[in-house]
Amino acid sequence: MAKKSVCMYFQVHQPTRLRLYRFFDMGKDSHYYDDFANRTILRRVAQKCYLPMNALLLEQIRLSGGKFRVAFSLSGSVLEQFERYAPEVIDSFRALAETGCVEFLGETYYHSLASMASPSEFLHQVVKHRRQVEELFRVTPTVFRNTELIYSNAIGEQVYALGYKTMLTEGARHIMGWRSPNFVYSSETCPKLRLLLRNYTLSDDIAFRFSDRGWGDWPLTADKFLGWMKESAATDDIINLFMDYETFGEHQDAASGIFDFMRALPGTVIGDGTFEFVTPSQAVKKHKPVGSLDVPDAISWADEERDVTAWLGNELQQEAFNKVYAMTEKLSIVNDAALWADFGHLQESDHLYYMCTKFFSDGEVHKYFNPYDTPYEAFINYMNVLSDFQIRLDEARAALDVRETAEKEEAAPVEKAPVKKRAVRKKAAK
Amino acid sequence: MRVLMFGWEFPPHIAGGLGTACEGIVKGLAYNGVETLFVMPSASGDEDQSATTIINASDVAVDVVSETVESFLDKVKFVHIGTNMVPYADPEEFARLVDEDRQRQVKDFSISYGQKYKFSGKYGANLLEEVARYAMVGGTIALQHKDEFDLIHAHDWLTYYAGIAAKELTGKPLVIHVHATSFDRGTEDMIDSRVFAIEKRGMLLADRVVTVSDLTRNIVINKYGIDPSKVVTVHNAVDFSGRENLSVERGVKEKTVTFLGRITFQKGPEYFIEAAAKVLKRTKNVRFVMAGSGDMMNRAIRQAARLGITDRFHFTGFLRGADVQKMFALSDVYIMPSVSEPFGISPLEAMRTGVPSIISKQSGAAEVLRYAFKVDFWDVDAMADDIYALLHYPALAAFSARQGFDEVNALKWNGATAKLKAVYESLLNQ
Repeated sequence: MAKKSVCMYFQVHQPTRLRLYRFFDMGKDSHYYDDFANRTILRRVAQKCYLPMNALLLEQIRLSGGKFRVAFSLSGSVLEQFERYAPEVIDSFRALAETGCVEFLGETYYHSLASMASPSEFLHQVVKHRRQVEELFRVTPTVFRNTELIYSNAIGEQVYALGYKTMLTEGARHIMGWRSPNFVYSSETCPKLRLLLRNYTLSDDIAFRFSDRGWGDWPLTADKFLGWMKESAATDDIINLFMDYETFGEHQDAASGIFDFMRALPGTVIGDGTFEFVTPSQAVKKHKPVGSLDVPDAISWADEERDVTAWLGNELQQEAFNKVYAMTEKLSIVNDAALWADFGHLQESDHLYYMCTKFFSDGEVHKYFNPYDTPYEAFINYMNVLSDFQIRLDEARAALDVRETAEKEEAAPVEKAPVKKRAVRKKAAK
Repeated sequence: MRVLMFGWEFPPHIAGGLGTACEGIVKGLAYNGVETLFVMPSASGDEDQSATTIINASDVAVDVVSETVESFLDKVKFVHIGTNMVPYADPEEFARLVDEDRQRQVKDFSISYGQKYKFSGKYGANLLEEVARYAMVGGTIALQHKDEFDLIHAHDWLTYYAGIAAKELTGKPLVIHVHATSFDRGTEDMIDSRVFAIEKRGMLLADRVVTVSDLTRNIVINKYGIDPSKVVTVHNAVDFSGRENLSVERGVKEKTVTFLGRITFQKGPEYFIEAAAKVLKRTKNVRFVMAGSGDMMNRAIRQAARLGITDRFHFTGFLRGADVQKMFALSDVYIMPSVSEPFGISPLEAMRTGVPSIISKQSGAAEVLRYAFKVDFWDVDAMADDIYALLHYPALAAFSARQGFDEVNALKWNGATAKLKAVYESLLNQ
């Protein structure tokens, strides 16, 4: 009998946090970012999580003789920060890439919600991210993971059209019903697209509950966890453990024993022989889909609801989202590299997450990740920045008109005015 | 003529507009040849004493100079702020409770006798206790300075008890000055009944009640049931001496319409937002700013987001010091849509900066400003009309800016305090 599979994927992302941006700054100062906080936090997380955990994974891959495999998705935003503040982290990911046991997934460059707003912007960011991964790690992503595992039929279709045949998403209870997430599925509306679903119980045992001493099953050991895996997949094919990479050493600190757990897990699983480690692309080669999933409304891995209300749940978030994406068209006309870069960073889903007003069951998680005291402050600050950005965009657009008129006048002797040349967006514009 | 005046704050350390008004009044009185002894709970020592002599109540021990403890207490006993509501007590029981209360008061008094009390002079949680203690110390001060004044003048409810104690102990006439009432702080059916009781007592026991506007005079007569013949309006003025208008560089091209003040029910923030949305339907060439903070701020932000105008409607949060002047200097139109405003000094500040102002008819300032635009607070259509007109008809804006500037410069405390002096004279000549 073929072995069952276990697929681990880790999300690596850091937002580009905004500085305190006041009304008085609008039109005067267009530097939007809190460089100090971004640098400090990135360097801290690199020391506590990225560097030691990458070393641990490399060691385990070598010890297992290549049988231990994992997948990563690194947002463009965090890769930019690595390049700027901690280039040694990129080297350590490169070393992992060279083992051949690590798969890198595609996502939107800016960890954005573009998949729900603008097909053209989504395409732009997916391609931009693909190029960046190719350049840094010499591999081309073939499996797609959308921001926060957000997925719907419509998003699946877009992703498939971009050439990806597999997508990761959440095994959301309200979609799965009686069905188990421990199989490969296909999309209802796009049957060739394969779906890998997060087993949220087992994933969250590691990501959220590991260090919780109030938890009945504390402390968690590799043997105990293997037992649960067997139980969960008794008649199933695959267990997908998807989580934030910052789980290791940051959300669960080193003193909780999380690194010891991860050092023990690969050997325990491989030694037992029930499961083998696979990457997402190996998983879909190995297992046939057992059914199709119909997801008309977007799901995600966030909060109890597993929907997109963490980013678009209230009127503040919807307003900010609408306002930022309303600029897309003008931006592609202006096509300015500096504006593209700021536009991208302003789309990071984290900015909307800070405006979330769900303070109840998931409030603690939201608070943990939030640099603002209240969602209102987050909204005001973001909209102030966006207003300045709009001013720059409008000025650039006006300048372009002036240039075009001048060009036209130059060409005046010619009877037919030259066809207005709309600049085509430079794809690698940063 | 000499006046013993009870205030709560005095520049430079002020939390509201009361301190500023008191400074204007003592200076104006000095100009009119009236000397003042100004008592405040907590003086810092850096107050400008060129026009008045400041007595710091925190430096004065409760002391009985010419009275017995019993008669002193008899006269100030009303200051004890405990609950008088004893449900279901029979007469004997009630008499016993009253007696107990009286003994406790004598005991309290013997403890505090000869002690100084360090007032915070702020508007904190133990405000009512401070108000009561201020009356004890105020009574003492009145006795100590018995021969140095002809009448007593108390500003706002915080000082009414002190004023009453001084009157009871010295027999000199009492003027109370109503800068605001409970009805300007709460809504009709949600006022603080303890404060209302203090206010009403002060008004009943005073020989004259001075109000800052006819609007407030009507409230005093109708809501507190005070005899109209003893209620006199003396409109506020404003002291602009030594004020240079700031010149600031603008970051945004668009005209700016500003609301500046506490974002509370009384200030009518929602009407401003409604009017802004109406204007934005006609023209995009404008920005709206709501400067300040308050308990309605979050609601206001949600309202603006719901209307989809937050790319043109900005929030600054609470503004301090120079930022207030800066905000006026950045404005093209100022608006004060207050639902209830005893006077409202901010449009005067705006007009002094050369900014045309729109104010609600429900404000005291509307009674004295001829060159401000006046609308009913609820009439958002009229508000939008006026905003639009001031933004688009330069002749109108220039005219009202120029006339308004001259008008507010003519509103001097010297004139207002001459009226006040007449009030004093009418009492002393009785």
